Amino acid sequence: MHPVSLRNVGKTYRLDAVDVPALSQINIDIRPGGFTVIAGPSGSGKTTLLNLIGCLDRPDHGEIVVAGQAVHAMPDDALSDFRARHIGFVFQNFNLLPVLTACENVEYPLVLAGVAAPERKKRVRALIDAVGLSNRRHNRPGQLSGGQRQRVAIARALATEPMLVLADEPTANLDSQTGAEIIGLMRTMQRERGVSFVFSSHDPQVRAEADEVILIRDGRIGAAAEHTGTTGG
Amino acid sequence: MSLWSLALRNLLRNRRRSLATLLAMVVGLVAILLFGGYRSNILYGTQTGFVQHTGHLQIQRQGYFLDGGDNPAAHGIADYPRWIAAIQRDAVLAPMVAVVTPTLQLGGIAGNFAAGVSRSVMATGLIPEDHNRMLAWNDYRVVSYAQPLPLVGTREDTVMVGTGVARKLRLCKLLGDSDCVPTPARATDAGDPAPHDIAALSSIERADQPPIAENRIEMLAAAAHGAPNVASLGVIQASNMGIKALDDVYMAMHLHQAQRLIYGAGPAQVTAIIIQLQHTRDTPLARQRLSELLAGASGDQPLEVLDFETLNPIYGQTNEFMDSMFGFISLLIGVIVLFTIGNTMSTAVVERTVEIGTLRALGQRRSGIRRLFMCEALLLGGIGAVLGVLGALVIAHLINHSGWSWIPPGYSYAYLILVRVGQDPALLAGSVTGMMVVTVLSAWWPANRAARLMIVDALRHA
Repeated sequence: MHPVSLRNVGKTYRLDAVDVPALSQINIDIRPGGFTVIAGPSGSGKTTLLNLIGCLDRPDHGEIVVAGQAVHAMPDDALSDFRARHIGFVFQNFNLLPVLTACENVEYPLVLAGVAAPERKKRVRALIDAVGLSNRRHNRPGQLSGGQRQRVAIARALATEPMLVLADEPTANLDSQTGAEIIGLMRTMQRERGVSFVFSSHDPQVRAEADEVILIRDGRIGAAAEHTGTTGG
Repeated sequence: MSLWSLALRNLLRNRRRSLATLLAMVVGLVAILLFGGYRSNILYGTQTGFVQHTGHLQIQRQGYFLDGGDNPAAHGIADYPRWIAAIQRDAVLAPMVAVVTPTLQLGGIAGNFAAGVSRSVMATGLIPEDHNRMLAWNDYRVVSYAQPLPLVGTREDTVMVGTGVARKLRLCKLLGDSDCVPTPARATDAGDPAPHDIAALSSIERADQPPIAENRIEMLAAAAHGAPNVASLGVIQASNMGIKALDDVYMAMHLHQAQRLIYGAGPAQVTAIIIQLQHTRDTPLARQRLSELLAGASGDQPLEVLDFETLNPIYGQTNEFMDSMFGFISLLIGVIVLFTIGNTMSTAVVERTVEIGTLRALGQRRSGIRRLFMCEALLLGGIGAVLGVLGALVIAHLINHSGWSWIPPGYSYAYLILVRVGQDPALLAGSVTGMMVVTVLSAWWPANRAARLMIVDALRHA
């Protein structure tokens, strides 16, 4: 089963009195347990596509199936619960809650998913150790470097053991060395946990790591998806 | 990690703004509580004064209160001992009642003929022991200015007057007042200046009683059948009655003396039976029971029951006046607090738009976002309420021990400025509840706006 399938999906934004088509006739299937990159120039619709896959926005038409469930018509509360259980997010600006420590940031999605406290503590400890922040677990985001913050964000995205992690330009705010470390970390976590990762990025480092690259231009999928085949999947 | 913990941390991240909001709430609540405490003190003090003098309820002849004040002879209750006994042994009323006592109101002219002066007075015939028990009533533990009547154990021709009456009648020894013009020597030298018939009546009245030094006056009143009657009275004391209009006409005398003046040798009557209860809250029940008793047995003397608010209309007027001021001030402060909290929460929503988008992306429902901001507002409200109550209690203590005083309009002596905050649980509960309601109202709109943000718009927010 594909973790994500889109059929004839379209999205148009209205800016003042002008309709601006962002996506049209999108048909894609994301391979399970893969490292998929959505690539394209600025304004091509990468983030819009990622938002639709992540159930953060609704299409004007078409069908979106995530983890076997049609999410395009789901009520808002059900969609929130669905995100809490099945989708993890990594943002370009890390988007950690500044008043929470690293551990608490990782724990928060587990609270939303209704996981019991002892289980939460166990998972958080394991994830913080896995992303190499054992000695920073009680630091707040303001006390962490950019790379450390993104590690916390990766741990947070994986906390609920989702089947899909979406990352919007995860290395854009990091230097190249840290960016490479973060990509490496995500690759490792993806392999260990069998989670499907979908990125939007035009970072060559990210594309080089991809199992599959989906090219998008002017809101349409390119003629053919690019498969690097470097890592299989 | 609870929503409350997250809300508290969010409040602490911008301490200056949270403190400014808190300060506005605390100042607002303190102002409401202090004014409310001042209002309570005035209302409870006023009520205590009225209940001490007129009781909670009075049984009167129908129409006496409205039309019969100047004609006690036509509105007397003849069989008042029977009614008093009935009240004292009634199973419902007896546990509620503190004092039941008869009283006779009469008007007349008091004259110090030796000084050649006279003035109209309103006299109250009463049983001094009962009246002093009534003056001791203080259910709300307010500062009571009531002084016991000095008539207990005195001769029946002994009276007490207001200082205004004493001044007008030139009873200077009673006043100890250097401004008082004493009885001029020529007045006594000139003989009796009163008309001959009144002087004659007075001399008859005085024939078997030795005069009390220089404080002797005569009182002329209209008897039951319209004839004038005179009594010679000894003034034992002049007391300031508080309200000048009352102080200038007040006279208290023994009930039997008043009855002799009005009814002569005929059957003694009274104009009212005063019922003072242990607690004001029992008034409606006691009134209902009295009405039931009267309905069955008042016969050819239709009687009615009047409560102290009817007997003293100024109490209700004061109550309404203070309520309207309290309501107006509370409304003003409420609006200020409402906009202060609303502004704080709105700013927080704008500043944390990306966070709201992130929380929603992680799976927080709209209701969860709304709850988060409501929790922050309620925490502010709760802390503000606690600090406001503590602040008001401290300031109230300082005011109550400052000795500040003022003379209310129409009064003839100064009253201490006091505020009842800690002693008024209803005021505390009402003000705190009001503050929390204002907090919820002011936070609702920003919280709702935060909850309704589109996730993608929130995440894009710069």
